Amino acid sequence: MSLSADALFISPEDVAQRLGEVGYLTDDAIATTVYLAQALGKPLLIEGPAGVGKTELAKAVSRAGSAELIRLQCYEGLDEARALYEWNYKKQLLRIQAAPSDQAWDATHDDIFTDEFLLERPLLAAIRRPTTTVLLIDETDKADVEVEGLLLEVLSDFQVTIPELGTLTAVRRPFVVLTSNAARELSEALKRRCLYLHLDYPKPERERDIVLAQVPGIEAELAEQLVRTVNTLRGLEIKKAPSIAETVDWARTLLALGLDELDEAAVARTLGVVLKHVSDQERATKELGLKG
Amino acid sequence: MPKPPEARQRRSLVDRHTAFVAALREAGLPVSVAEGLDAVRAMQVIDLVERESLRAAYAATLVKRPVHRKTFDTLFDLWFPAALGDGAARPGDRPLRRHDPGERRPPAALDPEVQQRRAELFELLLAGDDPGLRQFARTAVAEYGQTPRQESWFSSSVLRTMSPETLMAGLLEAVLTGQDRGGMAEQVARRTFRDRIARFEDLVAAEVRRRIAEDTGVERTARLAVRPPLERLDFGSATRADMAALRREVYPLARRLASRLAQRNRLGRRGRLDFRRTVRASLATGGVPITTHHRPRRPHKPELVILCDASDSVSAFAHFTLLLTFALREQFSKVRAFAFIDATDEITKYFAPGTDVVEAMTRMAEEADLVWITGRSNYGHAIKVFDEKYRDAITSKTSLLILGDARSNYGELSLPILKRMAGTARHAYWLNPEPRRQWDTGDSAASRYGELMPMHECRNLTQLAEFIEELA
Repeated sequence: MSLSADALFISPEDVAQRLGEVGYLTDDAIATTVYLAQALGKPLLIEGPAGVGKTELAKAVSRAGSAELIRLQCYEGLDEARALYEWNYKKQLLRIQAAPSDQAWDATHDDIFTDEFLLERPLLAAIRRPTTTVLLIDETDKADVEVEGLLLEVLSDFQVTIPELGTLTAVRRPFVVLTSNAARELSEALKRRCLYLHLDYPKPERERDIVLAQVPGIEAELAEQLVRTVNTLRGLEIKKAPSIAETVDWARTLLALGLDELDEAAVARTLGVVLKHVSDQERATKELGLKG
Repeated sequence: MPKPPEARQRRSLVDRHTAFVAALREAGLPVSVAEGLDAVRAMQVIDLVERESLRAAYAATLVKRPVHRKTFDTLFDLWFPAALGDGAARPGDRPLRRHDPGERRPPAALDPEVQQRRAELFELLLAGDDPGLRQFARTAVAEYGQTPRQESWFSSSVLRTMSPETLMAGLLEAVLTGQDRGGMAEQVARRTFRDRIARFEDLVAAEVRRRIAEDTGVERTARLAVRPPLERLDFGSATRADMAALRREVYPLARRLASRLAQRNRLGRRGRLDFRRTVRASLATGGVPITTHHRPRRPHKPELVILCDASDSVSAFAHFTLLLTFALREQFSKVRAFAFIDATDEITKYFAPGTDVVEAMTRMAEEADLVWITGRSNYGHAIKVFDEKYRDAITSKTSLLILGDARSNYGELSLPILKRMAGTARHAYWLNPEPRRQWDTGDSAASRYGELMPMHECRNLTQLAEFIEELA
């Protein structure tokens, strides 16, 4: 495939190593899937609960490949003009008003629909970049269903059609990452075009390594204890299980408070860092036998 | 790699791939042709010797919904087994102990070899050594997984011999010092070991499936081994673990439903013409009303009265449905819930916002006054009590929702009262967790109640979600 970005990575092991170097610890599944997305030139859809490092993965890929990161944050009401491109009406108007009175309309018309008056939005920008690019489409599930339709053309053919200019095809395929919290089911058509990676809460060993890497200065034993406790909390029937980000926050909190052991008192004092619902805290207090 | 047994035909990778994809489809995963091709392409660029890479490649290209992952893993282990026969012996492993069919074995507790194996298992569980545990499961199944006459393989005999749960006390002893007992440290350790033991049990089950598949064929085993995904799981046949998993699904499901409903409301038809704004806007076009403006439509928020059967036969279903409706509280202007067995009591207060799910259930079971005489469902009397005590709960704005299997133990039915209730309410629905073909069998009065209000079959998450969406 001539369009495939000149290999960011040469093998799954290479992915694991280079992402590790920029501070993102992978496991087998993550490394293989990222490598496949790159090797097959397909977008990568990452789903999973909040705070397990979906967005961070895209950022890490861009850091590891020293590629530019272009981010499209999805939200309700996101439309073509915000996602793809827009004509700069004000500038066009100025151009028309400033045109010498003897210039024919045709000439003006040709003049104002050129690159100069085109405002690039993330999707178009990612396609037109000649350098290696990582396109991050964040929280795809927040966008309306119509946006998915818009994405289909961009993601399957890597081209954008602008009526006045014609079809613009990617100079070099960007590495595309879509993330979703599964607040709604994405359409089958979109999923079919993507490779899928479900990121879940990590295994204790991996989470411990993450904590050790992210929080310098923490004792290995404390990290181990912390990760096991978080794992126990996730096992309770609570509304919002603590995410990796919250585990890391918790580790930082303990470090800042100068606690070097995670006993009942320490947990009771700092529970708010990981559990953010009153009922969840009450439940944890009860199940773990903390004195409130 | 060991030599495959002669009975096993060598099949090319492509055949294996297509058969695997076919099995996934049969198990209910929507795998398109394009996705199948993606998987083949993926296989060309990865190292096929690495089994976990192959699994990741298949998962990335074929499995696009997390609920399907478990099914996928089960089938993958069958189609691409980690070993053949007894597996490759690792250097340093002791030879497998084989038993003659006729040999009498001492009971497990007295068998020194069993005790030695249990000690090995203890060390593995203590260390959390996953590859070791996998290898151990394989040899354990090879040694203890067969019935005496060696016709088939069972995980139960392995687990009975090894009885990993009985190692728990020792494991806790090994990591806890005296003063930690009873506190958080014990809870955390217990949880860790429980996870590891569960992992061991899963490994044994997977290993047994692999052995059975070698004996009787992959396709057949696959059909037997695959359980329906959570969303299609029958409420009635849910195990305790399934129920916990279902309860964990309540909030994500409620969030998904709420966002879908909000979207529908927004996109929904526009309301009455806003005359003033239309005329005002028409000034820009010389008085011609080119665009009309409309008032936003009032959101439809039904008042919900839920009357649910809390007897054992349907309690799992009723609890789950209650939780879901209360999690969706924002979608309804008011929710009142009543539970009954043979008497009725209001249970709304147990579901106040922010209360804990499990606690609400236990409090409801302990405190609510649901039993009149027998403690067996009596729909007739329950409806009568409801009518006497809470008649004013049902108004012309109410949607009445009854959850139950309509099995009144041949007792009275109170059809006229229910008819009046259904007449007063704006809508009335009955959700029945029994499969439709069992309606009207035995003491079920499904169709007699069904004449008074539409009765829906509601056996799994998918059906329930569909119904709630229609209701709100």
